[in-house]
Amino acid sequence: MEIDLYNFYSLMKQDDIILSYKGDVSSDLVTSVLQIVESKMDKLDEPSKIRKKVYNVLVEALQNLYHHISENPGLVGNEDVSSVIFVIGKSEDAYLICTGNYMDNNQVESLRERIDKINSLGTDELKDFYKEVLNNGLMSDKGGGGLGMIDIARKSAHKLEYDFKKLDDKYTFYSLLVKVGEY
Amino acid sequence: MENLTIEGTPKTPTIEFSLEDGSLLIKGRSIPENSIEFYKPLIDKLEEYSNTPKPNTTVRIQLEYFNTSSSKCILDVFKKLEKINTGGSETVINWYYEEDDEDMLEAGEDYQAIINIPFKMVEMEE
Repeated sequence: MEIDLYNFYSLMKQDDIILSYKGDVSSDLVTSVLQIVESKMDKLDEPSKIRKKVYNVLVEALQNLYHHISENPGLVGNEDVSSVIFVIGKSEDAYLICTGNYMDNNQVESLRERIDKINSLGTDELKDFYKEVLNNGLMSDKGGGGLGMIDIARKSAHKLEYDFKKLDDKYTFYSLLVKVGEY
Repeated sequence: MENLTIEGTPKTPTIEFSLEDGSLLIKGRSIPENSIEFYKPLIDKLEEYSNTPKPNTTVRIQLEYFNTSSSKCILDVFKKLEKINTGGSETVINWYYEEDDEDMLEAGEDYQAIINIPFKMVEMEE
């Protein structure tokens, strides 16, 4: 293995990446990442409005990854499917929170439909949808109730961008990109 | 009946439930990965309190952040309070939010629309 670390550094700098991570997600990792990003935003003197929205989206996005991990143990090539990636960056007009994880091919369609539905809703409709799921939705054992993605969309105020890359007859790599900020 | 006190952590809020005063405070951040486990002692305590509640029950929710997993548990807490309210204890929920935090105000209004208890929105200066 050979890494041109300066090149890697330059790429992160050029793309205004605050933090990137590849591997398994633990509860402690989520805590640490939240602390890092929070202190970074403090340092940048971000308005508390932006700070809170970014923090909220980050909590949901990271905890989605965390809850996802143990569901389907398996391997893609020689890699454990619990491995994820996330990248947090700041462009001129917004914070970008990107997450990627493996998922079962047979779950792709329902997730795609769900995100498309969320993307088709306006601000007030999203609010109503949130209340509907909050009040009627069943809670999974892990505490998720399908609210996470709706909440992300509400805080983001941008459309959610996603991609599904089919890898083999069992797994797909799912990427989600969330923009936060109204500069 | 013993009171319930849970100290806050970076991911879980402070909870102070005084059964003799009929007052409940939830304050801080509520972003645990497993919120059902965290809120269970409070839900159980509310159930206990609902058998012999005080004439008035005052609730203060002063959260800085909460995740969607907590939002479901907070709804469960409010549903218990709804029962306490109809069971003869006049209940008020004071929902605190920082002055420019529209999202937190809106979150309170979301609950207000679902739960049949008087809500008071309280703006705090930063």
